[in-house]
Amino acid sequence: MDFLNAVVQGTLLGGLYALFAAGLSLIFGVMRLVNIAHGDLIVLAAYLGLTTTVVLGVHPVVALIVVVPAMAGIGYCLQRGVLNHTLGDDILPPLLVTFGLSVIIQNALLEGYSADPQKMDAGALETASVALGPLSLGVLPLLTFAIAVAVIAGLQWVFYRTPLGRAFRATSDNQDIAQLMGLNKRHVFGMAMALSLAVTAVAGILLGIRTSFDPSVGGGRLIFGFEAVIIGGLGNLWGTLVGGVILGVAQTVGATINPGWQLLAGHIAFLVILAVRPNGLFPRISG
Amino acid sequence: MKTDIRISRTSNAAKVAAILAALIVVILIAAPYWAGRADLRLMGEIFLYLALASLWNLLAGYAGLVSVGQQAYVGFGGYMLFALTIFAGLPPLVAIALAGVLGALISIPVAALIFRLRGAYFAIGTWVMAEVFRLSFAQVSALGGGSGTSLPTDIVRSMADGRSEREALAYWLALGAALFVVTTVYLMLRSRKGLALTAIRDNELASASLGIDIWRTKFVVYVVTSGLTAVIGALIFLQKLRISPDAAFSVNDWTAFVIFIVVIGGIGTIEGPIIGTLIFFLLRETLADLGTIYLMVLGLVAIVVMLKAPQGVWGFISQRFNLQLFPLGYRVERHKDS
Repeated sequence: MDFLNAVVQGTLLGGLYALFAAGLSLIFGVMRLVNIAHGDLIVLAAYLGLTTTVVLGVHPVVALIVVVPAMAGIGYCLQRGVLNHTLGDDILPPLLVTFGLSVIIQNALLEGYSADPQKMDAGALETASVALGPLSLGVLPLLTFAIAVAVIAGLQWVFYRTPLGRAFRATSDNQDIAQLMGLNKRHVFGMAMALSLAVTAVAGILLGIRTSFDPSVGGGRLIFGFEAVIIGGLGNLWGTLVGGVILGVAQTVGATINPGWQLLAGHIAFLVILAVRPNGLFPRISG
Repeated sequence: MKTDIRISRTSNAAKVAAILAALIVVILIAAPYWAGRADLRLMGEIFLYLALASLWNLLAGYAGLVSVGQQAYVGFGGYMLFALTIFAGLPPLVAIALAGVLGALISIPVAALIFRLRGAYFAIGTWVMAEVFRLSFAQVSALGGGSGTSLPTDIVRSMADGRSEREALAYWLALGAALFVVTTVYLMLRSRKGLALTAIRDNELASASLGIDIWRTKFVVYVVTSGLTAVIGALIFLQKLRISPDAAFSVNDWTAFVIFIVVIGGIGTIEGPIIGTLIFFLLRETLADLGTIYLMVLGLVAIVVMLKAPQGVWGFISQRFNLQLFPLGYRVERHKDS
């Protein structure tokens, strides 16, 4: 029973990890950029959400109306202003620049909000649960999972059914030819990062409702997101969801056996999958 | 008058630099006799950071293995020093050397796993590995679990008689480690292996077609740097006398700072990490009062350097004045006989 419960709770937790990962997967798919600051941007979104709820006195879910466009705007400006200058054959510049960015965001948050853990108050949503047979499922985890599925379906739709998605796929396949066909790759990359950070905004708010956060937790979120991406297979959005679920289940099952093993179990699941299938379970593109 | 072409490895600048460096080393060796206690400690820290930076530079700047998880070996080395002295009763110096050997050994299975990831994914894979190390050591209750442990005083006492002797010894060890690492990197880059490494850095495909075993070359570099990083880690925690998982496997302290040092100084050069370390400590000692703002400044400086002058401070100087203080390459000189 405990085991089944752990699997179900882990699956729902996987939804949150998939949201951490979807943004990473998206920008990697479009421009082969690995954003080391991704975790800190999630935390930044959580703080923006917190400020919005406090200043406007609204529910955290309503804060999405402010935080999503704000993060998308930050993403576009960041890409056009900084990250576009780092893209090229060499992986070192984007890696180091986003690493520097990570340190800046972390310490700016520390300066602005102090190191005290914060939490968003979502009222009844936090504790509400529904009974499903012998299991009790939290409404928030269920909602998180549903949002993750909706976000990934939405991204999938954007990718394969819209002109923007066509532009993403074209620049991903061949930047130069896409450029010749009249696409402005700088703008396309900006849009990709905007979309990535819009997803990050959702992830950040849900993180902030679920657990307390402080400026230093970004690194851990980046690692979870990254592991979900790798487990699922690079460039495959639905694979990312599967990756998130596997990671979530590994963690909750690990925690059931021994509370100290939660994170370790997730990392070990990741390493085992890496050892068996280096390209993840459902790879679309090679790294 | 006829013109002669000569190929030489060294230059006048390199000769002058070598003589100067030898002088500086002699002065530094004598430091316990002329420097204060606080200065000695600071210099020891500088040497250990210089060693870490030189090793990371060899890994990332030459072998193209951009790792953000070298704190795995810093922490591992530190914990091995504690475990080997406390449980096996080994003298600290033996434990430090053994920590290096064990660090190299454990890096072999790690490499086998994370070498499957490429580029930026390799970077984060190394970070995951470091997290596994951190969480594993946090489980070992004999080593204090999550809250860590201190080095027992009788082990500290066994190193040398008296406090100032111990501090001098720790200082010499740090200086010796830095000199050893820089010399090893220099000799490695001058060797056949180093030539292969430089070729891989410049063009991986071309060097593979010339018969260089890329995987093996990178593997050797990874194992060597990991082992040496573990030694430096042991020395760092010999200075601190206290270890905890968070301090031992801190990504900020042992990787972010090191990366900034190398990037600001100039990646892919031996001189870069040296200059970078000096700049880093200069910034730290002058801006430390600013707290977090100092770290933001550091991040900003690294971003600007990466975007505007990716070759770093030393790259800028060496291009401008055609300088190379550590003679690695060969240069053709036109020599006029009159």
